Amino acid sequence: MSSIATGGGARPTRRAVALTTGLLIVFLLYSLAPTWFLLVSSTKDQTDLYSTFGLWFSSNHLADNFQAVWDYHDGVFGRWILNSVLYSTVGAAGSTLISLAAGYGLSKFGFRGRGALFGMIVGASLLPSTLLAFPLYLVFAEIGLTNTVWAVLIPYFINPFGVYLGKVYADSSVPTELMEAARIDGANELRIFASIALRLMRTGGITIFMLDFVNIWNNFFLPLFMLNGERSFPVTLGLFSWVQQAQTSRDMNTLVLTGSLLSIIPLAVFMFALQKYWRSGILMGSLK
Amino acid sequence: MSTLTRPPKVAADSPVRRTSPRRTGSRGAYKGLLFLLPFLLGFVLTYVLPIAYAFSQSLHEKKSSGIGFGPTKIVYTGFSSFASILSDGTFWAGVLRTLLFGGAQITVMLGISLLLALLLDGIAARAVRFFRAGLLIPYVIPGVVSTLIWLFLYSPTASPILDMADSAGLHFDFFGGLNTYVSLGNLLTWQGIGFNMILISASLQALPRELYEAARLDGAKEWRIAWSVKIPNITGILVLTGMFSLIGRLQLFTEPLFLRYVAPESISTDFTPMLEIFDRAFKTGDYQYAAAESLVLAAVTGVLAFVFYRVTNRKMS
Repeated sequence: MSSIATGGGARPTRRAVALTTGLLIVFLLYSLAPTWFLLVSSTKDQTDLYSTFGLWFSSNHLADNFQAVWDYHDGVFGRWILNSVLYSTVGAAGSTLISLAAGYGLSKFGFRGRGALFGMIVGASLLPSTLLAFPLYLVFAEIGLTNTVWAVLIPYFINPFGVYLGKVYADSSVPTELMEAARIDGANELRIFASIALRLMRTGGITIFMLDFVNIWNNFFLPLFMLNGERSFPVTLGLFSWVQQAQTSRDMNTLVLTGSLLSIIPLAVFMFALQKYWRSGILMGSLK
Repeated sequence: MSTLTRPPKVAADSPVRRTSPRRTGSRGAYKGLLFLLPFLLGFVLTYVLPIAYAFSQSLHEKKSSGIGFGPTKIVYTGFSSFASILSDGTFWAGVLRTLLFGGAQITVMLGISLLLALLLDGIAARAVRFFRAGLLIPYVIPGVVSTLIWLFLYSPTASPILDMADSAGLHFDFFGGLNTYVSLGNLLTWQGIGFNMILISASLQALPRELYEAARLDGAKEWRIAWSVKIPNITGILVLTGMFSLIGRLQLFTEPLFLRYVAPESISTDFTPMLEIFDRAFKTGDYQYAAAESLVLAAVTGVLAFVFYRVTNRKMS
């Protein structure tokens, strides 16, 4: 690819290059400007937010805004961020482990009904979880799970698409011969899975974890259905509750904007740390 | 998968190897299921039970006794909820609205993503990395936050876009009539182009370069190659992303829910089916009807997914 820098070989004309670059810059600005607006707005106080031009700075109130976000309702915002971290980490870790185990079971063992089971899992992964949120709420309300941490964690643990990926990874990275050899050496099945298979499926595991983490961090409707108490909210739901309050009190708007900016940071750090798995993650995610 | 369906056949052919594969086969029967157990238990709790429970709920209706002031009670009414949904104009209007709107919005979004992918395919590798990172920023921003940003950009009081328009002597509104759809569509397009561009880019890169060589020797220009060689060879990914996006649009919920705060007149509580279900369940308290609506919407999604499966299978093979 590096030898053919222009994507083919034919030398493009100057005008073509200018047109290409120009169009790309237009769309780059389109992509970046709203995020720029968020950044700029977080530095403004309530008056400036309405009286000055939105895409450029005026007097800097960033520190005050941070302080206001942290102080609001005894630091409830920090609590939301922690909740999001907890839901995303525990939810994604649980889902990854359950998915890898199930995928491994589907891939490496022959049992009756395996094909039908696999078909059902693929079918379920096509069913958007949004649609299940309300029926799920009804069942969880019946057994008294709503408004607990489990009301969101349990659904996060169960991810048919993760199982599908787990099977794909087990198919391609765990040699059956290696399992046979371990069996001959007297290792039991759980040991083979824990110390051989899991290690071989590590890359796949990280990809599943990353996809789940981002999905859970961004999730909004499941907590909206399941959680009532402000202190159990993830940051997405917390910001929504601020938007609702902004209807009656205008100065909530600076909180909403600064809080939005702050809520991106943990996710950005996470994605930056795992950027190696990004592209493959996105490509895999496209299957969903 | 094929590795596991094969051993019995081999065993039948060669008596020497018969014992070991067969033993693992029968032992595998329950051990494999043990690995699936946590998932299967959770699956029953979070998929099978809710759907079954929603179904049983939807066979009931909440009726108030007496002249309407007495306590309400839940009575069995059979399939009457489903019958009324079938003739529920607002529900189907919501379904149709999201499908028509989704069709238009997805066409625009995929068109731009395709254009960007083709443009990136034609520039120097170092610039590609720069542009790709920038164009992917909206994808990294959580959906709720990007909706919030546009909520402000659309709001009559804080929008810098309206400020600019004002100083140019223009007056317009982001909501009302067709503008509502354009504004909502713009938000979804903004969120989606980077992601779809990556997918299309990847399938463009997977095309063998020799494909273009012949065309180039014949003197075809770059745009001609893009139109006649590149695009026809990636219709598979376009159909795939298009159909998945359309299925996603049927669940449209968060974005209109937020935008309602600046445009309650333009975005009604039954604007999309999910908004209608949410409103019906938590504002009206009519769980039974909301449950029935969830199931009907799931069925519509299932039909769409099936059609999509058939279409892509034909296209890909």
